[in-house]
Amino acid sequence: MSVTEQGLLERDKDTMTLNMGPQHPSTHGVFRVILEMDGEVVKTAEPEIGYLHTGIEKTCENKRYVHVIPMTDRLDYLNPPGNNLAFCLSTEKLLDIEIPERAQALRVIMCELSRIASHLVWLGTHALDIGAMTVFLYCWREREMILDLNEEISGVRMMTSYIRVGGVAKDATRPWLDGIRDFIDYFPAKVDEYEKLLTRNPIWLDRTEGIGAFTREEAINWSLSGPALRASGVNWDIRKSQPYSGYDNYSFDIPTQSNGDIYDRYRVRVEEMRQSRIIIKQAMEKLPIGDYKTPDNKVSLPPRETLHTSMEALIHHFKLVSEGISVPKGETYVPIEGARGEVGFYIVSDGTNVPYRVKLRAPSFLAIPGMCKIMEGCYIADVVGIIGSIDIVMGEVDR
Amino acid sequence: MTEIFDMTWDFIVLFLNENVPLIVGSVKAVVIAVGVMSVVPALVWLERRLMGRFQVRLGPNRVGPFGFGQPMADTVKLLFKESIIQASADKFLFHLAPAVVVVTAIVGFAVIPFGEPFEVFGQSIELWGANVNSGILFVFAISGMGIYGMVLAGLSSNNKYSLMGGLRSSAQMISYELTLGLSALSIIVLTGSLSLIDMVQAQEAYPFILVQPLAFLLFFIAGIAETNRAPFDLPEAEQELVAGFHTEYTGMKFAMFFMGEYINMVTMSALVTILFLGGWNAYGLPVWPIVAFAGKVIFLLCVFIWLRSTFPRIRYDRLMTFGWKVLLPLCLLNLMITGTIKVIWFP
Repeated sequence: MSVTEQGLLERDKDTMTLNMGPQHPSTHGVFRVILEMDGEVVKTAEPEIGYLHTGIEKTCENKRYVHVIPMTDRLDYLNPPGNNLAFCLSTEKLLDIEIPERAQALRVIMCELSRIASHLVWLGTHALDIGAMTVFLYCWREREMILDLNEEISGVRMMTSYIRVGGVAKDATRPWLDGIRDFIDYFPAKVDEYEKLLTRNPIWLDRTEGIGAFTREEAINWSLSGPALRASGVNWDIRKSQPYSGYDNYSFDIPTQSNGDIYDRYRVRVEEMRQSRIIIKQAMEKLPIGDYKTPDNKVSLPPRETLHTSMEALIHHFKLVSEGISVPKGETYVPIEGARGEVGFYIVSDGTNVPYRVKLRAPSFLAIPGMCKIMEGCYIADVVGIIGSIDIVMGEVDR
Repeated sequence: MTEIFDMTWDFIVLFLNENVPLIVGSVKAVVIAVGVMSVVPALVWLERRLMGRFQVRLGPNRVGPFGFGQPMADTVKLLFKESIIQASADKFLFHLAPAVVVVTAIVGFAVIPFGEPFEVFGQSIELWGANVNSGILFVFAISGMGIYGMVLAGLSSNNKYSLMGGLRSSAQMISYELTLGLSALSIIVLTGSLSLIDMVQAQEAYPFILVQPLAFLLFFIAGIAETNRAPFDLPEAEQELVAGFHTEYTGMKFAMFFMGEYINMVTMSALVTILFLGGWNAYGLPVWPIVAFAGKVIFLLCVFIWLRSTFPRIRYDRLMTFGWKVLLPLCLLNLMITGTIKVIWFP
């Protein structure tokens, strides 16, 4: 029998403390929330994080810039290209280099593919949390195609590390481009299929409409970003407001909703999958011919065949491989629109080949306080719905 | 020596002749109990295969032909698992709970008639365990008992998730048993009997689903809730309550809850078949009565599985609202209409 802080015996309380997580099927990783329950209704919810602490930010301070990129994959593990891109953009801003247009288009394709994959995981697990188990496997079927594409281009299914400082790791291959063309033809019907199962399903509406709602002001004050913010009626997407990697060349819509409840977040994300497909389609249509990485040999490796003929190329190759990229002194932050919201790396450089400090702005981490606040007064069944709809990834919360 | 042998033989023959009903009854009881229990692995297999088809995957297909050996392999695995009982559990109730669930589930099947009587060696064999003249009440009473198993499991586990699962199951049971009883009442009004056998015999011309479609729907919905199947599987809501009342159970004790659930599913499908689909009546189809009965039951079981793979889980408070504010008034309305018509036109 435990004694509470007030000196009361646990059995004398009117409420029940329910420990949810870190080992719980629906807290999306090792998230722990301590719920004070009155029957089935949540009185207070207190988040507890740190079960997946890996010290990635600190590790980055001991790794060369190129070696940091595989670390960023492991932060938001559902959207690795987004993290790669955020880190590369900050580094490139310090280096002050131009990225070839082909590389930019390849980056956009990769990021949007991974946004779709991430939203598919979200939709599947979120629907599973609410009890619709078939949607989960349907989403996995389409995600599998994206993972196969990842494997084709980068050799890895999830942690692609495809986007590098100065461009991308490898030029697009024929099977990859063909695979993407097939995917963009195939995908819309599948999104309709998910919507057919859920959007007007009375039980789904019952479980999502009006639950876990953020007003416009609350969403801004709780520092939400990404789909969760746009569901509350704030039309703010970094791809539009501060375009990067040539996003201003594509025409696409930013879906928004007004109620900010679980249902609206669902609608926003489903629509975003469609919009991402449109962006990929445009990028595929006008994929420019050219370099897939910057020709600046201080940043990217010179072509292999020049090593036998050019002394300079050999020196650059040796310096890059043995020493890495040296980044000028300074500090910078370039945000991008990840699958979960604003992702950005604040990088402080002291002029060496190792970053002095790397700080990640993780949308999931910043969403947790608001998420726990909104749980209060909800039923326990809604708690899993709310966690699912905010779409937290513990990898970037406990970095 | 021979005399003793002859005497014994005479005694046995005499005993057998005088106690034919007793022997037939015992054999039937054993056959039904074993039969019902062995339906469970087949049903688990059916569910996993069908769900696989619904969900663009294969389902178990490695053990035996079409994966048919998978449930056996699982059972063997569960039998050999260590039975863990946490120190804070109430040991007696913890052991009692799964037994209550399984025993009530099997006993409930005793009064289900699944075929016409037939003659063997001059003896009329009836295809039901017992002819209770208030059969339907017996089934309801027994399935109401079964819920004690879940509540006790939730209480004795000393786990908050289990406790909530147990509480949910009792609340759900109270709400939906009313609907179940009231929608069956309109059939009782039609037949004027509480005996399940009379009900089947009353449907020789046409099944009652044609005259009582609303009651059928209400009964089936309440039946799903009664058996704790999706979308009403709140007591074990995997995603919220981890596994609800059986979170702390391992090995065969855990499997017994599953057995209880699946047997209840079969009982409920059998009950729907008897009340609304005409029981063993084949309506002109050239099949044995028992095959007609089994076919209808299997069809309903597939519907159970289909619903599970289609719908999200309903929320606890909405479940209560749905039960009390939607199903119950509809039941009463249906009963009123049935009663009125019966009294005015068919007195």
